Amino acid sequence: MRRMTLWRALLAGLVMALVLAGCGGDVAEEGGTPDEADDGGSENGGDGEAAGSITGAGATFPAPLYNEMFSTFAEEEQGIQVNYQSVGSGSGIEQYINNTVEFGGTDAPMTDEELEEVDVETLHVATVGGPVVPTYNLEGVDELNLTHEVVADIFLGNITEWSDEAIAETNPDADLPDEQIQVVHRSDGSGTTFIWVEWLSAVSEEWADSVGSGTDVSWPTGSGGDGNEGVAAQVQQTPGAIGYNELSYAEENDIPHAFLAPDADSEFVQGSLESAETAIEAAEVPEDLRVSVSALNVTDDGAYPVTGLTWLLIRQEMDDLAACRATAEAAWYATHDGQEFAPPNYVPIGGQTLETSEEFIQSMEAEGEACYEG
Amino acid sequence: MFSILSALAQRIDLLKQVRRGNTGDVIYKVLAYLFGLALLGIVVAIIWELWVQSAFARQEFGISFLWSTSFDPVQAQFGALQFIQGTLVTAVVAVSLAAPLGIGIAAFLVEIAPRRVNAVVGFLVEMLAAIPSVVYGLWGIFVLAPFLRDYVAPWLTATLGWTPMFSGSFSGYSVFTASLVLTIMILPTAAAITRNVLQAVPKEQREGMLALGATRWEMFSQAVLPYAKGGVIGAMALALGRAAGETMAVTIIIGNARRIFTSMFEQGATIASVIAGNFTDADSGAYVSSLFLLGLILFAMTFTINVLARLLIKATSSGPTG
Repeated sequence: MRRMTLWRALLAGLVMALVLAGCGGDVAEEGGTPDEADDGGSENGGDGEAAGSITGAGATFPAPLYNEMFSTFAEEEQGIQVNYQSVGSGSGIEQYINNTVEFGGTDAPMTDEELEEVDVETLHVATVGGPVVPTYNLEGVDELNLTHEVVADIFLGNITEWSDEAIAETNPDADLPDEQIQVVHRSDGSGTTFIWVEWLSAVSEEWADSVGSGTDVSWPTGSGGDGNEGVAAQVQQTPGAIGYNELSYAEENDIPHAFLAPDADSEFVQGSLESAETAIEAAEVPEDLRVSVSALNVTDDGAYPVTGLTWLLIRQEMDDLAACRATAEAAWYATHDGQEFAPPNYVPIGGQTLETSEEFIQSMEAEGEACYEG
Repeated sequence: MFSILSALAQRIDLLKQVRRGNTGDVIYKVLAYLFGLALLGIVVAIIWELWVQSAFARQEFGISFLWSTSFDPVQAQFGALQFIQGTLVTAVVAVSLAAPLGIGIAAFLVEIAPRRVNAVVGFLVEMLAAIPSVVYGLWGIFVLAPFLRDYVAPWLTATLGWTPMFSGSFSGYSVFTASLVLTIMILPTAAAITRNVLQAVPKEQREGMLALGATRWEMFSQAVLPYAKGGVIGAMALALGRAAGETMAVTIIIGNARRIFTSMFEQGATIASVIAGNFTDADSGAYVSSLFLLGLILFAMTFTINVLARLLIKATSSGPTG
């Protein structure tokens, strides 16, 4: 009995100590917060008077780049703070349409219906690109060559075995297993899917007719993984799998990815920063820039066709001149000096894509004045 | 009508108590009423929200949504049949595997195991229920799926491969794997409740049977189990409901293929998994509305399961037998 009470006393003491420690921590934190808030407030206030801060929201894919880029931008351009909220392309477009942010960010261009909801012209300013690569899991096969047609047939479910002649033809040296092909795709809606299926639609009529293009489609075959990491996990876990991932994701996780060519006699190109940059520079983009480069299927020498763009969504005519100027400065920085932060995970833009983006920024205006001052 | 009258009577009763000065009792009663009503209010609010939000899909696709299998975000065509199939198949397979196991565990703990073992193992079983479902999902991918692929699936293909149920190749991500993970997830529910039910069977029931010269098995199968039948069915209904609504683990392991499947080795999707996987980035009104409609269907399914279980208990427990 005595020992029992002693234990209880010990336990009670322990509980009391925990409670006290917990309370103590709370008090200290509560005490600390107002001070910090005060400091931050006065600083922000000072900056706000100089040139203001602007807010953007959207795609998660370029968010790490934007954060890095814009924090350096804030140091260099005295007083312009850019807050980018990584909430996903869909929410980015929504917030842009509702005019609750200065600019949106998206991996898939706005649709015609969405554009109609905005009362002024919308500019799609491209910032960086990213290749999407076919990742696979075949033991002992370090180099896999696939023609565009074969990739489309695999994802359509027309080719179901790795030992298929169409695959063997372009891989005479590889030891292809006698296994079923396990197609892996994204189960959630995503910009990566958009880049991938835009390209499949461009290279295969059957795909364009029966499946089509979008951030989420009705997959004819295969299993779905949630997010880039979900697809990567399934590919790595499943012998005989083929999926698609952003290049940086495949490289970081050491997942092999295939070489692509329009036909068996052409040069096979693997997705890389250089081959994607070549594709972006060579791409003949439309005037409004609303196209994923992959939809153009650029097959110039050394160009990797499955390359997407990510955009800033900006109103051509803004209400507030100061905000418009800050946005134009930030966008110009993102497409020029900020490009040095792009590698190794993002592809810098160039060629016609860059020129068009520059024209867009120069065309911005507010209160009857041009916003970009050069 | 009767309920209104009784509610009125109670209100008059409450007023009487206030006049008598029992304010504490009155406050307690009012609070208890409010909390009770809040539960009802929450259920009604959920149904209302699902109903309102799914209005677009109900008008657009009509009742044929239930047996349509198209799920094409590009064409904005949606259907539910493949998800209803996925939900029912995984849940029913899981319960039919978990039920004998759960009853076996409970029988061992109550009838055979020493009291000390009963306490310890019982605690462990209940702890299984506290493991977050995402952990079950990851365990499914990294442990169970490779094990099934290397040892179980080849054997199943060799022996039962000729049936459509186990035909095709097994990649790890499949309806089969999801069903097995669900089995393990609902096992604690099935076992723990069954244990409590068996423990509640009066001693006399067992002693009477043993006095007649019955063996332990005869005592359990003829005197204990029939007596506890209602509770055991209730436990299984609860387990079935949990399996049908399980989200995270299934999303990770089932392969998220939005098609009808014919083999357990194929990939599929359940209602809960498709909602979890696609709600945040559903980009059209029809898509979002269809997901809400799927939620409504899941709600109706679990509701039906519970009602059926109740009816079954009523039908079978017209009095203790044996």
